Amino acid sequence: MTSVAGTSASPAISIRNLFVDYGPRRILTDVNLDIPASQITVIMGQSGAGKTTLLRCMLGLKKPSSGSVNILGTDIVRASRRELNAVRKQMGVAFQGGALFSSMSVAENIQLALREHTSLDEKTIQIMTRIKLDMVNMLAAENLMPAELSGGMTKRAALARAIIMDPKLLFFDEPSAGLDPSTAAELDQLMITLKTTLRMTIIVVTHELDSIFKIADHIAVMANGRVIEFGTPQQIIASANPEIQGMLNRKPRENIVDTDAHLRRLVGG
Amino acid sequence: MRRTLEKTGATVLQWLEHTGRMFNLLLLVSFELLQPPYRLYPVVRQMYFIGARSLTLIVVSGLTIGMVLGLQFYNILQRFGSVDLLGAGVSLSVIRELGPVMTALMVVGRAGSSITAELGIMRITEQIDAMDCMAISPSKYLIGPKLLAGLISVPLLTMVFDFVALFGGYFVGVVMFGVAEGSYVNGMIDTVEWSDVRIGLEKSLIFGLLVTLICCAQGFYMHLTKAGSQGAEGVSSVTTDAVVLSSIAVLYSDFLIEALF
Repeated sequence: MTSVAGTSASPAISIRNLFVDYGPRRILTDVNLDIPASQITVIMGQSGAGKTTLLRCMLGLKKPSSGSVNILGTDIVRASRRELNAVRKQMGVAFQGGALFSSMSVAENIQLALREHTSLDEKTIQIMTRIKLDMVNMLAAENLMPAELSGGMTKRAALARAIIMDPKLLFFDEPSAGLDPSTAAELDQLMITLKTTLRMTIIVVTHELDSIFKIADHIAVMANGRVIEFGTPQQIIASANPEIQGMLNRKPRENIVDTDAHLRRLVGG
Repeated sequence: MRRTLEKTGATVLQWLEHTGRMFNLLLLVSFELLQPPYRLYPVVRQMYFIGARSLTLIVVSGLTIGMVLGLQFYNILQRFGSVDLLGAGVSLSVIRELGPVMTALMVVGRAGSSITAELGIMRITEQIDAMDCMAISPSKYLIGPKLLAGLISVPLLTMVFDFVALFGGYFVGVVMFGVAEGSYVNGMIDTVEWSDVRIGLEKSLIFGLLVTLICCAQGFYMHLTKAGSQGAEGVSSVTTDAVVLSSIAVLYSDFLIEALF
């Protein structure tokens, strides 16, 4: 078992000895991580490092081969459907592509969780929807359909939907992907606001360096299916790990390849 | 030879796995539908999509098939001087066989393929995952209303098909070829028994369930198949598979029901 990355003071999420396989391919190897409460933790790494798989395990969308994922006191790997749903009602998720329900308007997307999980009257639902839309600066778009939204508007609508139930935990999968720098900066600012005003625990999976160092209180660096470092942004910058320094300096990965063997493989020799 | 056997074995195993998953889905949805909250509006909405919007197709195809049957039976019966049996022939063929089967096949083509595509697209754009993460059961919310709507709509559409097809046969026989109206209608009444009507409706119930279940499962579980990694092409592939599988299931179960009952 590798050592646990993260703080030990009442973490919001606690991952132990997590292994994930897709068939014969091992994707995550012995991941141990504590994610602190009421802070923004960024999970970063190059493409293929296992960030999205780790996120899906935390959301209960992927059952690991072994290990535990403890969220707000419940091990969701071993939890029943009812227990898992109880945890999920305290979570909000903004997926990379927004994942807005295409047959519903923006307002209907946001209201769905309220209609399914609460017995609030219609007027209250409408008011709460408008409050959340106003927080993400999308009030004018409440009656638009998802297909009518730009990339930035989609992300903001997805965020409004994710926070409608005032969750304790908020997950972002590549929030800046496909956005122009100013819209990405707006989204970054929203995340900081949510952390400071609503004391949410926010987990962001991304590889956008500019965003990372702007929003992160803690950073977990992943490579080859493992968490190789965890710390504050300053600690990560000061890391002696060459792989981390390569990521920070935007260096392409070195392919240490035997050229002859590589060519032989290509021509089927 | 060995490779062929391995490939065949792999295909059979995949098919068994998919069939098992489908029936698990049916059990899961049946159980979930018994749990509150109970919502009528999504079922009504799906009935409108599967049922009401298929009406034009059902009426046109029913009328055409009834008229073709009338023509075919008239040509045959005329050779034996038995055109009085036209009503009996058309009605038995339609009520017991053609009505349920043709209705189910029309619904597969129009609504079934659309259901598969909708669920497939929702799967690859993570909408189903998003629903799951909101602690809303995707199977109850998305599939439950469709299954119920299919169970209700297909038998109703079958009745419409039967009625229109019988009229089509009547139009050809009585209006075009001058068969006595009384012999056409009395032929229907004297020949068609309650067991024929019952079997026709039972078939339509089974076909409604099969078609909706297969089409829903193909889209809902596409991420567990090779199609799940193929994006838009994958959606196209599972939609085609859904139509083919549903059609085969309808025809094969029709044979089984006729053979057993």
